[in-house]
Amino acid sequence: MDTKYIIGIIVAIIIIAGAFLAFGGGNSSEDATIEIVGSTSVQPVAEKLAEEYMKSHPNVKINVQGGGSSVGIKSAQDGIADIGTSSKNLKDDEKQDLTDYMIAKDGIVVAVNKENSASDLTLDQIKGIFSGNITNWNEVGGSDGPINVITREDGSGTLDAFKEIVMGKETEIKADAIVQSSTEAVKQSVAQDPNAIGFVSFASMSDDVKALNIGGVEPTEATIADGSYEIQRPFFFITKGDAQGAVKEFIDWVLGPEGQEIVKSEKLIPAT
Amino acid sequence: MNNRLEEYLIEKGLFITAISSILIILLIITFIFIEGFPAIESYGVLNFVFGSTWAPLKGEFGVLTMIVGTLGITFLALALAVPLSLLCAIFMAEIAPSSMRRILKPVIETLAAIPSVVYGFFGLIVLVPLMREQFGGTGFSMLTASVILMVMILPTIISVSEDALRSIPYEYKEASLALGATQWQTIKNVIFPAAIPGVITGIILGMGRAIGETLAVIMVAGNVTQFPSSVLDPVRALTSNIAIEMGYATGMHYNALFGTAIVLFFMIIFLLVLANYFHYKKKVVIGGGYL
Repeated sequence: MDTKYIIGIIVAIIIIAGAFLAFGGGNSSEDATIEIVGSTSVQPVAEKLAEEYMKSHPNVKINVQGGGSSVGIKSAQDGIADIGTSSKNLKDDEKQDLTDYMIAKDGIVVAVNKENSASDLTLDQIKGIFSGNITNWNEVGGSDGPINVITREDGSGTLDAFKEIVMGKETEIKADAIVQSSTEAVKQSVAQDPNAIGFVSFASMSDDVKALNIGGVEPTEATIADGSYEIQRPFFFITKGDAQGAVKEFIDWVLGPEGQEIVKSEKLIPAT
Repeated sequence: MNNRLEEYLIEKGLFITAISSILIILLIITFIFIEGFPAIESYGVLNFVFGSTWAPLKGEFGVLTMIVGTLGITFLALALAVPLSLLCAIFMAEIAPSSMRRILKPVIETLAAIPSVVYGFFGLIVLVPLMREQFGGTGFSMLTASVILMVMILPTIISVSEDALRSIPYEYKEASLALGATQWQTIKNVIFPAAIPGVITGIILGMGRAIGETLAVIMVAGNVTQFPSSVLDPVRALTSNIAIEMGYATGMHYNALFGTAIVLFFMIIFLLVLANYFHYKKKVVIGGGYL
């Protein structure tokens, strides 16, 4: 009989704990809720910023969601989100009723295997490689060997930005390029194949692959910050009209020293 | 009185447990259909299933290349794994001395306990370069994925088949040997045919694991949405497609990924029905009962 009582007590505890978890979260009073929607590339840093901000401002609740830059811009326009995030510049007609705040810059590094002797390519050469027009490393100053192109999955923010900056509107990445679903997988694939080429964000660059110079410019924090490294993109917070109230306080905090310190700790380049 | 109440409560408790697992499955299926149906409906069932272009950002949702990918990877993995695991099961059940079996069995079961991400990582670091050096190309291929899956489904097929072989009544073996058959003849003509339903169950379970495996396949298959022209070409499986793109998908793209899940669902149902048919067809009738 004893075991039955114990089981009963355990079940009761689980039910109470479950109910507490399910309903307990809702009863703290919130003075302001900020909805952030948009670019999946901005999402990690936005989440980090939100987390830190909520620690020091317990009366503000911030929800961060992905969806892509275009979703971010549209959400800000339609007023669905208080802040839309985007990793590309606003178009002129979008600028009329939207205000953009650049919170950080991010570089995209073209990575090759460490044994690869090619080290400096132009944007056009990289475009040729990813579109399939250049297929051997000896065409771009490397040793003889087929180029194995590694790309990211459709919807990835890094792929989006890479396509926009390097490939342009008309050119597509070749259809038989290997698709890897994360930055880490791209790096591993490049690290194990002397003939592979891929791209990763500057923030997640590490020593196991080699970063190519683009048109003679090495990707570093300094070259990204001054704009001389070409494959880079801005991270924007976008509001409808000028930010007001709690949203403005949050954006000011992000652009201030505390926020920019977090940007730096996420290995992005501060905007200011 | 107390006993009857206890009996009643336990009975109802078991009933609720059984029902709730069915309810959960129904709930998931309903959810998948509700989410996936809009994409299939607006793109057209035939276009969706038999379309060969997958370009979600341009509104093209054809999953045929991935159906081919999933089937290719799965059957290649089964073709590699089934002979290996059946011979291994026969060895363990009939030939290996019990001391050896005591070592073999836990070692094989350990294979099943390794998480799939570890298999995938191993594949990416060790097998992909090996394939590239041996066969050229990028090393990411249907064959690479199948080899990884083979290792993953071996323990399932081996242990279920071995149990099936061991459950054959000892009298069968005695009778066969008494008639003058050799040990191999006994295994080949008596024990193995009698164990076939169990062996098929093992293969079905292995196949289920192979179709459903996602992470390891993503890491080594290359995930290209093209028809493979050989086993050395990269392919994308249906499960991989969902896992790869779900993080970003919105709108119709999101629905199309659930559409992919619906296609996968029907494929698995079809294969299960087929496999069950063979399972029952091969049942051996012994003295009026099934074995």
